[in-house]
Amino acid sequence: MAALAVDPPRGGFSFENCKRNALLAQKGMKAPTAYKTGTTICGIIFKDGVILGADTRATEDTIVADKNCSKIHFIAPNIYCCGAGTAADTEMTTQMISSNLELHRLNTGRVPRVCTANRMLKQMLWRYQGYISAALVLGGVDPTGPHLYSVYPHGSTDKLPYVTMGSGSLAAMSVFESRYKPDMEKEEGMKLVRDAIAAGIFNDLGSGSNVDLCIITKDKVDYIRPYDEANLKGKRQGSYKYKPGTTAVLTSEVKPLELEILDTQIVSEPMEVS
Amino acid sequence: MQMDPGLHKGEGYQYGPNPKQHYFSPYSMNGGTVLAIAGEDFAVVASDTRLSEGFSIHTRDSPKTYQLTNSTVLGCTGFHGDVLTVTKLLEARLKMYKNEHNRQMSTSAIAAMLSTVLYYRRFFPYYVYNIIGGLDDEGKGAVYSFDPIGSYEREAYRAGGTASSMLQPLLDNQIGFKNQEGVTKVPLSKEKAVFLVKDVFISAAERDIYTGDNIMIHVTTKDGTETEVFPLRRD
Amino acid sequence: MALPTETDMSLEFWRNGPTPGGLYNFPGQGTSTKMGPIKKTLSPMVTGTSVLGVKFDGGIILAADMLGSYGSLARFMHCPRLMKVNDSTVMGAGGDYADFQYIKSVIEQRVIDEECMNDGFQYTPKSLFSWLTRIMYNRRSRFNPLWNTIVVGGLQDGEPFLGYVDKIGTAFKAPSVCSGYGAYIAQPILRNALEKQPNLTEQQAKELIDQCLTVLHYRDARSLNKYQIAIVTKDGARIEGPISSATNWDIAERVGFFDE
Repeated sequence: MAALAVDPPRGGFSFENCKRNALLAQKGMKAPTAYKTGTTICGIIFKDGVILGADTRATEDTIVADKNCSKIHFIAPNIYCCGAGTAADTEMTTQMISSNLELHRLNTGRVPRVCTANRMLKQMLWRYQGYISAALVLGGVDPTGPHLYSVYPHGSTDKLPYVTMGSGSLAAMSVFESRYKPDMEKEEGMKLVRDAIAAGIFNDLGSGSNVDLCIITKDKVDYIRPYDEANLKGKRQGSYKYKPGTTAVLTSEVKPLELEILDTQIVSEPMEVS
Repeated sequence: MQMDPGLHKGEGYQYGPNPKQHYFSPYSMNGGTVLAIAGEDFAVVASDTRLSEGFSIHTRDSPKTYQLTNSTVLGCTGFHGDVLTVTKLLEARLKMYKNEHNRQMSTSAIAAMLSTVLYYRRFFPYYVYNIIGGLDDEGKGAVYSFDPIGSYEREAYRAGGTASSMLQPLLDNQIGFKNQEGVTKVPLSKEKAVFLVKDVFISAAERDIYTGDNIMIHVTTKDGTETEVFPLRRD
Repeated sequence: MALPTETDMSLEFWRNGPTPGGLYNFPGQGTSTKMGPIKKTLSPMVTGTSVLGVKFDGGIILAADMLGSYGSLARFMHCPRLMKVNDSTVMGAGGDYADFQYIKSVIEQRVIDEECMNDGFQYTPKSLFSWLTRIMYNRRSRFNPLWNTIVVGGLQDGEPFLGYVDKIGTAFKAPSVCSGYGAYIAQPILRNALEKQPNLTEQQAKELIDQCLTVLHYRDARSLNKYQIAIVTKDGARIEGPISSATNWDIAERVGFFDE
C-alpha cells in the first residue's frame, strides 16, 4: 500500500512564533511598539435597542498617537462593535468577522444575529489564546431583540445590560453602577453613555478627546461622531509661520530637462455614417 | 474572569490560585513637565499642575515649581516622594544660610548646592529632574538645568520632565533661532517668553498624557516674582 | 579587609568606601559570600482595601470598609481602619493591616507624650500629614516599607484638609482622595460631584460617600458592605458606624447566558 505523499495537516494551532518572541524578548530584543487604544468603551441596552460609546484617543506608550480615532467598528448593518487593546488587532478582528458574517448572511438569506457575531468572535479569539489583544463591546439589534456582549481577548464573553471595557472601564462602570436603570428612554440613555465615556476621558490617562456614540434600534442606526467634544483645544497666541527663505539652501544645481520634441499633428477624420 | 484595570504597578490585587511575589519598587514616575527661560533681566519658570501615576491622575492641582528665594524658582519633576524630600531639604538649607549670613543665597550658589545634594545620593539617586530659574548676581536672567545625580550647567532655556523632548526642539527654534536662515535674532521680551510658555504647554498637553490641567508660570524680575495660572486640557 | 579604626584619622578619608588595597562590595554586585543583600519579606498579609475622603463646607469626611482580606480570602469582618487622632484630626489606611496597627500605636503614644507636655500643642492635620510623609519615605528608603496608603483629614485653622501618602512617600493634598481600587472607581464619582457643586453640605458629602462605597462593594472583590465614616467639623471629630448601604441586585434577572 502506498504511503501518503504528504503528512496530513496536524490539528490545533501553532504557537512556535509566540514562544520564539518570548525568548527573544527575554534576550533583550524589543518588539516594535504597536498603537494601543488605551481606551474607554462601553454600551447599554435601553428601551428600543442598544447604545455603544467610545472615546477617540489612541496612544503609543505615553504619547497620544491619534487624537480622533474611530473605535466603533461596523460588523453588519444592524450590529456594531467597540474595540479596545491593540488598534490593529481590533480593526482586523472586526473586519474579519464582518466579512464572514456577510458570507453567512448570503448563505442563509437572513438578517445576521448578534449571538452569531459573538460566537464567531470568541471562537476566533480563543484559537489565538489571548495573543490577539482585542477587548470588544459587541452590540446590535436582530429579529430576537437588542443584545449586548463584552468579549475578552482570551475568548470569554459576557451578556449583560451594561458593559465597559478598556483602561477606563472602571471609571465608566462607576457611572453605570450608580445610574443605570432598565428600559431607559433614548435621550436618557445617550446622556448616561456620554457621561460614562466622559468619566473615562477625564479620569483615565489612556482615554481622551471626544465621545463617539452609536445608537442601534430595530430599523435605524445613528452613528454620531463626534457626539461631544469633552475638551477644547487651547488657542495659541503666537504665529509659527516662517518667512520664505528660512530654510537654508545648502547647494543648488540646475539641470536642463532635454526633451525631444516630436512633431505632432492632429488629423481629424469625419465620422463614418454610411 | 480577569479584568485588568490598567498598567498600575506594585499596588493591586492578585488573581489566580498561586500566590504572587509582590515586588517592591522604591520609585514611581509621577509625570509632569517643567520649563525655564532666561531673559536679559528676567527669568520665567513654569510647570503643569497634574500629578499622576500609571494611568490615573492623583490631583489636578500640584504645581512642580517651588519659590526658593525672592529671585530664585525651582522646577522639579520625576518621583514625587523624592521631589518633596529634595525641596524640603533645600528649604531647610536656605533657611540655615539666611540665619547664618543674614542674606539670601544667590541663584548660582543654590545651583551649586543642589548639585552636591543630588550627588550625595549617587548610588541611590533622587529620581528628580531639576531646573532652576532666577536672576544672577548681576540681575541677569539665569537658568540652571540638572540631571538626577547632580551634573549641571547654565543655559538660556530648558525643558524637563515627561514632555521635555517635545518642548526643547521648539524652544531651540523659537528662542535659540536654530535651523532658521536669515532671521533677525531679536532679544526675547518678557511678554513673548510668557506666551511662548503657554503655547508650548498647549502643544505638549495635546500629545503627552502626563501633561495637562493647568500651568503655573512664575516671572521673576528685580521687583520680585509674579505668578500666573493658565488652564490646559484636562483629559 | 583592613577595617580602619575609629582613631586612625589617616584612614578617615576612606570611611564608608574601599580602604587602599582593601576589598569592597558595592551594593547589588553580589560577589561576596559574607555580605549578601538583606532579604526581607516584602508582601502584605492581611490587607484592607480603599479609603475614601472628601471635603465639604466646613469639614471633611473619611470612609473605609471593615474587611480584613487574607489574600483572596475574606478573613476578618470587623477591622476598623479609621482612627481619630484628636478633635481636629483623623486618618485612615489601606494596605497591610499589621502595619496600620503599628502606625496607630505609634501615633497614640505620641499623642500621649504630647499631652504630657501640657503646653497646649497637639497634632494638626498638616503636622501629622507632614510627619507621616517622612515616616513613609524613610521606611521606603531603607527598603523596609510600611505597606499602606494613608489618608489624613481634618480641620486646620478652620479650613478643611485632606492629604494622601503611599508606601514610597508620594504625597499630595486634594479636595477628594481615594486609595486602592477607590482611585479607579470612586474618584470619578467624587470628582464629578465636586465639579457640579464644589461646596457640599455635610449631608450631601455623607450621601456621596455612601454612593461610592455601594459601587465599590459591587465591583471591588476585596470590599465589604460594612463600613465606618469619620467626620471632622468645627464641633470636633467623630467616627460613625458600622454602616451598611442599601444595595440593588435587580439587574441579576436580566443577565443572560453568554449565548442565547
